[in-house]
Amino acid sequence: MRETLAGTGVLIRLGLRRDRWLLPAWIAGFAATTYSTAVAGAELYPDVGSRVEAATALNATASLVALFGRVYDPSSLGALSLIKYTAFMAAILAVLMVFITVRHTRSDEESGRLELLGGGRLGRDAPLAAALAISFGASIVLGLVTAVSLAAGGLPAAGSIAFGLGWAATGMAFSAVAGVTAQLTASARAATGMSLGVVAVTYALRAVGDLAEPGPSALSWLSPIGWNQQIRAFAGDQWWVLALPLALCAALVPVALALRARRDLGSGLRQERPGPARGSLRGVGDLAVRLQFRLLAAWAVAFVVFGVVIGSLAGNVTDLLSSPNAQDLIRMLGGTQAMTDAFIAAEISIMGLLAAAYGLSAASRLRDEETDGHVEALLGTATTRPRWATSHFALALAGVAVLMLLAGVSVGAGAATVLADANQLGRVTLAAAAQIPAAWVMTAVVLAVFGWAPRLTGTVWALLLLFVALGEFGVLWNAPEWLMELSPFRHSPLLPLDSGAVGPLLGLTVTAAALAALGYAGWRRRDLAP
Amino acid sequence: MANVLEMVGVVKRFGPVVALNGLDFSVEAGEVHGFLGPNGSGKSTTIRLLLGMLRASAGSIRVLGLDPWHDVASLHRRLAYVPGDVALWPNLTGGEVIDLLGRLQGGQDLARRAQLLDLFDLDPTKKSRAYSKGNRQKVALVAALATDAELFLLDEPTSGLDPLMEEAFRGCVRELRNQGRTVLLSSHILSEAEALSDRVSIIREGRVVETGRLDELRHLTRTSVTADLAAVPAGLDALPGVHDVVVTNHRVSAQVEPSGLAPFMRALTDAGLVALTSQPPTLEDLFLRHYGAAVPVAAAGSSSGGTADA
Repeated sequence: MRETLAGTGVLIRLGLRRDRWLLPAWIAGFAATTYSTAVAGAELYPDVGSRVEAATALNATASLVALFGRVYDPSSLGALSLIKYTAFMAAILAVLMVFITVRHTRSDEESGRLELLGGGRLGRDAPLAAALAISFGASIVLGLVTAVSLAAGGLPAAGSIAFGLGWAATGMAFSAVAGVTAQLTASARAATGMSLGVVAVTYALRAVGDLAEPGPSALSWLSPIGWNQQIRAFAGDQWWVLALPLALCAALVPVALALRARRDLGSGLRQERPGPARGSLRGVGDLAVRLQFRLLAAWAVAFVVFGVVIGSLAGNVTDLLSSPNAQDLIRMLGGTQAMTDAFIAAEISIMGLLAAAYGLSAASRLRDEETDGHVEALLGTATTRPRWATSHFALALAGVAVLMLLAGVSVGAGAATVLADANQLGRVTLAAAAQIPAAWVMTAVVLAVFGWAPRLTGTVWALLLLFVALGEFGVLWNAPEWLMELSPFRHSPLLPLDSGAVGPLLGLTVTAAALAALGYAGWRRRDLAP
Repeated sequence: MANVLEMVGVVKRFGPVVALNGLDFSVEAGEVHGFLGPNGSGKSTTIRLLLGMLRASAGSIRVLGLDPWHDVASLHRRLAYVPGDVALWPNLTGGEVIDLLGRLQGGQDLARRAQLLDLFDLDPTKKSRAYSKGNRQKVALVAALATDAELFLLDEPTSGLDPLMEEAFRGCVRELRNQGRTVLLSSHILSEAEALSDRVSIIREGRVVETGRLDELRHLTRTSVTADLAAVPAGLDALPGVHDVVVTNHRVSAQVEPSGLAPFMRALTDAGLVALTSQPPTLEDLFLRHYGAAVPVAAAGSSSGGTADA
């Protein structure tokens, strides 16, 4: 073994030991989801006719194509059932692999843990090699388990394997991306942020590419998530496309190693520049803004871009549904206004989920600040616990509200322009604002868990994912009604809003307030638990 | 003198682990109080209880006449704290952190701040990420020392400082004492507490096992004596109050209780004393006695260069 790789095996074992719950849980989650979808799909679309009808309607709806992609073989059960999994779930898988890779590279370096290990016989490239071995391995295992689950769910074996390998290769490609970004910046947060930015851009590239008629344009072929769709599992199984993500890995891993060789342990590529000798932070509120502003700004830009794209698509929602059947359907559903509303409502509720994810991550900063030991210095001053907790919590609540208002205004402005109807701006903004209380509930759950069981703060992410999955697939899975009712997002009123929306909104806001009060009560009476 | 800080029968449990087990502890106004104990003996837990970061399972705690759990803001405005393990925000500069902590504390003396930066030779424009452990500690020290607090709680404040900076720090603590402020200084570096403290408390397994002025505590322990003699007489170890006698050629070294010093010295003089080094008992000795280990001669006589090279 090369000297620079010495100790890789030890680090892999250490990493697997640290992830011994995380990885199996995620892999099992992906496997269970794909299995139940394969089974449910067979019940939903029992014959070729029902599949072709559903797939044709789907392919003709721009918003769904932008979000999920196309069904490349309308008669294929697998291609139709798994439409939400080739791009959407692949992106979630990419996010997971980014987290795992950064967790074992830059996070360990930033915290100084690698320095502790570096005193032993540890080569320079070992941490990166070990992190990639773990995330590549996890991707491959996840892909194989998925292939088995799909086949067990009754889908054709060849397609199942193609689908599983597609996920594996996509996971590996984004692990390699994270391996590169982890070398660029000294902060793990920034490294994760850059990688997630790549995921978002590649997702958007394929969204635009997939919308082109007749098929995907070159833009889709620029995106690793697009490649995963172009494997076309269950719709022709284009095996050769698997070579693209693997080639990307083969290209990026040497880049990451070369970057690592050019920098010192603990530093990024860019040297730290001196900063101000005097501080302008007036208190914990200022500090929270300083620590979180960049993240919020990045989210805000993404929301505005996403919003404008969605809004401007509102015009061709009904144009694309030109078949006589579809026109009948439109009339049945309440005309073009209702169709446009349904489209905008669907997109805005997705943005509501994303805003909740932001609120969750911003509020989780409370726990991060505690485990990092920063709280101790602050609470040693005249700052009280509630005041400090409010600094991050209020910022999270305000951030959620800002994001949804931006979403409303940008979607509304886009829709108003393409539909030549100025009223859209106001009513869409209102509809977006109506998603704020549900996202606040998730933000307040973080505070409640932080107050009473700080070590479990991270599990709120699992709760959010559960609610998202229930919203997307709950009906498909025959989930019990009470479980679906548990999700705050189910109670968010949708477009068109009427006076009936007031009750649920009030209920959600009161729930959020109660959870927050609960969280404050716990935080006031517990020990600091770094 | 009034007690600035008083803990009576304090118990702190973390689940099944008992960290403090009926701790009685007090610090008088205007003194520098050394708080000594090995790693894991409960020093930091005690300090966090005094700051209201942890809640006592039993017992009573008063700091500056206030309850640290309930009166956090009004209490903390009057004290300054330097954590044992200083963690800073990686993308803030040292200067920004000092100013933030100062403002949260209710203001700091700018002239003093500049003076301290100079004294500790700290560059405030560097990002915290780039600071070494010692420099992070300096940031916390400057922030604390530049405030106008009545009580300073310093948890192992010099563990990352080099000897030069340690000396600067000692100067600061002496200055605080001259101004009549109270300092609680936790440490496992005994020479530091010895050089600075008016009184010390020794904590072991969650209890304070000894408290007192250094000269009082010295009575509890033995003086380390090393002597070169013309001829070593027999029966030295039979003298009352003389322990751990080691003879190497013409050199004898022993640990002697205060009551045994006079007869021991007479015996040495009678044996033709050529050279003599005696060491007053160090905190090391106090410490080791409370932790049950015998005091090896070489360890006790560290500055005289290890005489028992047998």
